[in-house]
Amino acid sequence: MKAGRRDFLKLGLAASTALFPLPGFAQGAGPRVVVVGGGFAGATCARALRQADPRISVTLVEANATFTACPFSNAVIGGLRELSAQQFTYDRVAADGIVVARTTATAVDAQARTVTLADGARLSYDRLVLAPGIDIRWGALPGYDEAAAAQMPHAWRAGEQTLLLRRQLEAMDDGGLVVISAPANPFRCPPGPYERASLIAHYLKTKKPKSKLLVLDAKDAFSKQRLFQAAWAELYPGVLEWVPLSKGGAVTSVDAATRTLVTDFGRHQAKVANVIPPQKAGHIADAAGVADRTGWCPIDPVTFESKLQPRIHVIGDAAIAGAMPKSAFAANSQAKTCAAAVAQLLTGATPSTPKLINTCYSLVAPDYGISVAGVYQPSASGQLVDVAGSGGVSPAGAPRATRAAEAVLAEAWFRTITDEVFG
Amino acid sequence: MGRTLAAAIGIASIAAAAVASAEPPAGAASCAGCHPASTRVTSPVPRLAGLDRAAIVRAMQDFRSGQRAATVMDRIAKGFTDDEIQAIAAWYATQK
Repeated sequence: MKAGRRDFLKLGLAASTALFPLPGFAQGAGPRVVVVGGGFAGATCARALRQADPRISVTLVEANATFTACPFSNAVIGGLRELSAQQFTYDRVAADGIVVARTTATAVDAQARTVTLADGARLSYDRLVLAPGIDIRWGALPGYDEAAAAQMPHAWRAGEQTLLLRRQLEAMDDGGLVVISAPANPFRCPPGPYERASLIAHYLKTKKPKSKLLVLDAKDAFSKQRLFQAAWAELYPGVLEWVPLSKGGAVTSVDAATRTLVTDFGRHQAKVANVIPPQKAGHIADAAGVADRTGWCPIDPVTFESKLQPRIHVIGDAAIAGAMPKSAFAANSQAKTCAAAVAQLLTGATPSTPKLINTCYSLVAPDYGISVAGVYQPSASGQLVDVAGSGGVSPAGAPRATRAAEAVLAEAWFRTITDEVFG
Repeated sequence: MGRTLAAAIGIASIAAAAVASAEPPAGAASCAGCHPASTRVTSPVPRLAGLDRAAIVRAMQDFRSGQRAATVMDRIAKGFTDDEIQAIAAWYATQK
């Protein structure tokens, strides 16, 4: 497939090189695109740029040698999977002719079109793609800072935090209280807190059946809510309790030393506390001036170019993508759309109007999967909106065979997308 | 001179159409989120590259109408018009 696609592209390239010289670029010197962030969005975009036009020089700036994927990390927390199954290298990305710079981007000069790296070096670009994912808003929840996260893990960026939460659950005596605090919208992976609650409840039910899980929520509604709640009633009665905003679910402060979560209605002292805190676009978005007052990045829905700074594109969780959720599938879809638009813009062509897809699976138990899907297009008002009549969640009341089939599809999805992005 | 220019523009527009057809049409690239691009991946979800164009069109139309049972493709197919389905099917049929 890959060799075939490359050959196909070469034919297209022969024609385009002859007839569509790249404006403003010296003979032999291709346009330069810098991509910051090597997650589902950034790594996909870097590779898609090279596939769209091999004349583009692509540098991927990523501090980690290994990527640790968030999708399925809730299964690691629940003891169903090892963290190594979540980890991928950049070897195949580099093999596409992409320069992988293992460092951090610290600043962007949108006028001079340069990215400053941690060692002070500067990379010049013709187009910049920022895919920084999320940062935690430290301090937005009183008492929750980086030191507190060592006691009450967020585990919302996969890796050490994922293992810390798992070890705390494993070390807890049977009969303990586990508390999850879920944030207000928007945040990475809207169904994520509820999948996590499900798989922790599964762990407690099978390993520590006298224990209880309390989900304190800053919202009254959440993704796939009816499906989750029906499954919880069936699978985890007496184990999992969800407390919505209107019933006092919003956590207003925490005390890490005593693992206490405070709401307007009371205090909950947990044996294990998982605080999923308020979030914002990764730091470089703010440094580049592409994040607005919300902390997220407004973009053009055709090109994903920032509405605040020219020639800087933002994709993945950091972007305000209208109806599209902050998911790995959405990031991958946006990255390909952005790469095609950037390749077209670099030749002076007009980017085509895209259509994007999202599909998110959640596991409620190892053999019980549910999904939400959507199809999106730019609206006349410049937002990404749902295509009318499309999308939605798995059917309510479906037989267990359907749930089992979706659990199998969920795992297949993970193998497929990680192979496409990192394989 | 004018004729030469017109001829050049004619060639350019033919070439532009050829180049454009090499790029995936709207929506097609996103299919690879679930439909494996590579033969390395084991999945119950079929690879689309090289499939018969008419078979892809029929599958999408049947998913969209509900004639064919689905887990998620019914919800996704409803987001695509006949023209978009034709373009996606034609593109995947030429891929290897």
